[in-house]
Amino acid sequence: MKAAVITFPGSNCDRDLAEAFAKAGAEVTRVWHKETELPKGTDIVGIPGGFSFGDYLRCGAIAARSPVGQAVAAHAKKGGYVLGICNGFQVLTEMGLLPGVLMRNAGLKFVCRTVGLTVATRESAYTAGWQTGSVIRVPVAHHDGNYTADAATLQRLKAEDRIAFTYVDNPNGAMADIAGILSDNRRVLGMMPHPERVVDAAQGGTDGSVLFRSVVGALAEA
Amino acid sequence: MTEPVITEDLIAAHGLKPDEYQRILQIIGRVPSFTELGIFSAMWNEHCSYKSSKKWLRTLHTTGPQVLCGPGENAGVVDIGDGLAVIFKMESHNHPSYIEPHQGAATGVGGILRDVFTMGARPIAAMNALSFGEPSHPKTAHLVKGVVEGIGSYGNAFGVPTVGGEVRFHRSYNGNCLVNAFAAGLAEADKIFYSAASGVGMPVVYLGAKTGRDGVGGATMASAEFDDTIEEKRPTVQVGDPFTEKRLLEACLELMASGAVISIQDMGAAGLTCSAVEMGDKGGLGIKLQLDSVPQREAKMTAYEMMLSESQERMLMVLKPEMEAEAKAIFDKWDLDFAIVGETIPEDRFLILHGNEVKADLPLSKLSSSAPEYDRPWVPTPAAAPLGAVPAIDPIDALKALLSSPSYAHKAWVWEQYDSQVMADTIRTPGLGAGVVRVHGTAKALAFTSDVTPRYVKANPVEGGKQAVAEAWRNLVAVGATPLAATDNLNFGNPEKPEIMGQFVGAIKGIGEACRALDFPIVSGNVSLYNETDGKGILPTPTIGAVGLLDSVDDLIGGQPQEGDVAVLIGSGTGHLGQSALLAEAFGREDGDAPQVDLAVERRNGEFLLANRKHIVAASDLSDGGLALAAFEMAEAAGIGLSLELAETPALFGEDQARYLLACRPEAVEALLAAASAAGVPCAQVGRFTGTDFRMGHSAASMAELSGVYRSAFEAAVG
Repeated sequence: MKAAVITFPGSNCDRDLAEAFAKAGAEVTRVWHKETELPKGTDIVGIPGGFSFGDYLRCGAIAARSPVGQAVAAHAKKGGYVLGICNGFQVLTEMGLLPGVLMRNAGLKFVCRTVGLTVATRESAYTAGWQTGSVIRVPVAHHDGNYTADAATLQRLKAEDRIAFTYVDNPNGAMADIAGILSDNRRVLGMMPHPERVVDAAQGGTDGSVLFRSVVGALAEA
Repeated sequence: MTEPVITEDLIAAHGLKPDEYQRILQIIGRVPSFTELGIFSAMWNEHCSYKSSKKWLRTLHTTGPQVLCGPGENAGVVDIGDGLAVIFKMESHNHPSYIEPHQGAATGVGGILRDVFTMGARPIAAMNALSFGEPSHPKTAHLVKGVVEGIGSYGNAFGVPTVGGEVRFHRSYNGNCLVNAFAAGLAEADKIFYSAASGVGMPVVYLGAKTGRDGVGGATMASAEFDDTIEEKRPTVQVGDPFTEKRLLEACLELMASGAVISIQDMGAAGLTCSAVEMGDKGGLGIKLQLDSVPQREAKMTAYEMMLSESQERMLMVLKPEMEAEAKAIFDKWDLDFAIVGETIPEDRFLILHGNEVKADLPLSKLSSSAPEYDRPWVPTPAAAPLGAVPAIDPIDALKALLSSPSYAHKAWVWEQYDSQVMADTIRTPGLGAGVVRVHGTAKALAFTSDVTPRYVKANPVEGGKQAVAEAWRNLVAVGATPLAATDNLNFGNPEKPEIMGQFVGAIKGIGEACRALDFPIVSGNVSLYNETDGKGILPTPTIGAVGLLDSVDDLIGGQPQEGDVAVLIGSGTGHLGQSALLAEAFGREDGDAPQVDLAVERRNGEFLLANRKHIVAASDLSDGGLALAAFEMAEAAGIGLSLELAETPALFGEDQARYLLACRPEAVEALLAAASAAGVPCAQVGRFTGTDFRMGHSAASMAELSGVYRSAFEAAVG
C-alpha cells in the first residue's frame, strides 16, 4: 500500500504525517510541490498541516493551485484516496475536492488544545476502526478551522452521512461542530484535528493510530 | 549620493560617547565616513559588544564534560550522547516588542531560531519568558495580546513547538516589557557549523530574504533608554516572515548536508555588518563586500542602509567555491535569494564597495576586539531590611489572592495560542513545570524550563541569581530529567548607574556560584541593558533557560495523582515569607530578604528525587507561592481534591528553597521515606489527594470554585 505525502513550502507536519502512515504499514514517498505527477501506484495522498505558502492570500489557496495540486485532483477524480489534515483540509476545500471553507476561528485566536471528537460515521475507510458515536481525543492547532458552508451543503453533508468527526466542545465556531468531512465517494477526508500527533502512547494518546491503521489496512486489502 | 558630514550631533545620534568617537579616530587615523560611523555604532553598541557586561560574564561557569561549545558562538552546544547535541540560546527582544509588540516578539522568535539553525541544528523546542507591567496599566493588555500573537504567529508557522515559558506582571515593567525567546535544536555532534571563516578568496554568499530599510539602527535603539519620543522609533522595528524563515531553515540544512559550507552566520542585530565582521574576525581574515550584489527589496538603498538593515530571514555564508552550482540549486529549489556579495581577503580589512566608491575601509579585527569595554562603577545592593510582621490570613483567602493574580493564574490563554505539539514529539505540554520533547528517532527526551524571580533579585541580587538557577534546575529534576546546562538572558536597567550595575554584578555572582555547585554550566546567553523609561529601571530579571536530558521517555515523571495518593514534601524550611508571592499578592508588599539558597542541599535533594523516581507519580518544585500553590496546581491539573495537614501561613506559603512536592501511590510511600531517611533528606507526608475540596488544615474550598478563579483570572485581567 503506497502513500504519497506532499511537501509545500511552509508545510510543517509533513514528516509527522509520513511517519504516521509508515507506522501503520504504508510504504511512504515524500513528494515536492513542484512535481507534476504522483509516484506510480499511489493509493493515498496525504496533504499535511502547516502554513503552505505562508498562508498568504488565503490558507491553502496557493497550494491548491501548485503543480502537484493538479496531480492530486486527477488522483481524486479517478477514485484515489486523499487525506488532508489541518492546512491539508484547507487545501482540499480550496481545490474544490471538499465543499465549504475554513474561516478564521470564532475566537480570532490560534488554538492549540487536545479536544474530544465524536466519530460521526464509521462508514469510511478512515473511520471504520471505531463505532459511530465513539469519542476520541485528538489535538487541534489552527487559526482558521471554523468550518463554514451554505445551508444546502450542510444539509447534504448530513443527509449523505459525510460528516466524519464533530467536536464535543467546539473550539473554533465550526458550523454543526464539524471537525472533518468526507467527499461524496467517501475517499477524500479533510479534518482540522491532527491524528498524526497521537499515534504513540508517549504523545499522550493513540487514538490517531486507529485512523491510519484503518485506512492503510483497507487499501492494502483492496 | 553624498553622505552626511560627521558632526557631534550625528555621533551622539549613533549612541557613541565622545570618548568612544575619539577611540575611532585613533584606530583609523582620520574622520570616518558616514557608513563607517554607522558600522562602528552597530559594532560598539551595548547589544553587540557587551561592553558593560563582558568583564563579569567572563566569571560565569561555562565548561563541563558535556559542553561542546560554550558562549561566543551563535548558541551553546551540549552533548546528549549517541553522537547528538542539543544547541540552545535565549535572547531578548524587549525594546522592539514594546514599540511594536506583534512584530517585535515575532522577530525575536525568528532571530533565536536562526541562531540555532545557523549552527546546523533543526529547532525542536521554543520557550518564551515574558514580563509585563501592571495589568491595570493602559498599555499592558495591548502588549500582552500583541506579544503572544506575535510569538504564536512566528513559531506556529515555522513549525517549532513552544513548550514552556513564564508570564509575569509587575509595575516596574510598565514602560519596558521583556520578551525573552529561547530556542533549542538538535544536530549531529560532529556536524556543527561555526562562524569562523577560513581560506582566502572564498566567496561570501548572501542567502535568504532581500534587504530592505527595516530595522536600520535597531541594535542602537535596543541599547538606549526610552523616553516620550518612543513612537518615533517604530520604523526601527523589523518585520518577520516565518514562511521565508521556514524555507531558509530547510535550504540551510540541505546546504550544510551538501558539504558546501565553510562557515555561516545569521544576520541578526546590525545585519550584514555584524555577520561579516564576526566571520572575518573569528577566522583572522578580512572581508570585501560589493553591495551592488546584495539582493534589495527597495530602490536606491545606500551603503549605510544596507550595512545596518535588520531585515529578517537572512544569512551570510562562506562557500566552498567548487560547490557553487550545487549550493545555488538548493536555494533555487526553495525560491530564496542566493548571491555572491564578496570574498574573504588576507589582510585585516573590512572593505565595503558600492558602485565605484569605497564606502568603508576599516581594520576588521578592531571592530570587535577594540570595542570599548567598561568596568562600570557599581555598589553592592544593601542588605534588605528585616521582614515586618505578616498579618494573619485564612489560607484559602491567601490562595485565592494568588490564583486571581494574572502572574499565578492558569495561563492557557497564552499557551493555547502556541502550537506546542508540532513535530509530534512533545510528551509534556505547557502548563505545569518543564516541557519535554522526544529526541526524534531515539528513546531519549529533552526537558526545557525558564525561570527567575525578579523580586528576589532586587532584594538580594546574589541569592536571587542563585535562586533563578536553582529553580530552573529543580524544574528539570521534577520531570525526571538530569539537568545538563543553561542559558542566561540578563535583563537590567541602565548600567551607568552604580546601583543597577551592582544588581548586575551581584546576580552574575549568584548565577556563577549556583552553576558551579550544580555542575550546570551557562553555554550561551544575552544581555539586555537600559531597560528603563524616564529614568526608572525594571526589576532586575536574569532569566535562566535550562535544558535537561531523559535517557528514556520512560524516565518521565509526568503522571497525575489519583484518589488516595499521598502528598509528600521533600526538603525543609523555616517558612520564609520575605519577598514572597503571598506578600505581594495578598498584602501588596515587597519586603524582607530573598530566601537563602543552600546549593549543597539543592543538589542532594534533587539527586535523591532522580534516584527514587520509581516511587513518584508526579512532582513539582516549590517556588513562588510555596507548598500551597504547588499543591493546588498539581491537584487542579489532575481534577482531584487535596487535603493538606498544614495550617500555618509560613508553612503553606513560605518560599524556602530546595523543596519539591510529590504525589505517590500509598504503597510506595514507605519505601520512599526509608530511602530519604537513609540519604538524610527531609521527606514527610503532608496530605492526601482525595475528594473534591482543597483543604489546608481547617480551611477549605471546593476545587470547582478555586479552579474557576484560577482559570478565569488571566483573561479577566488582560485578555
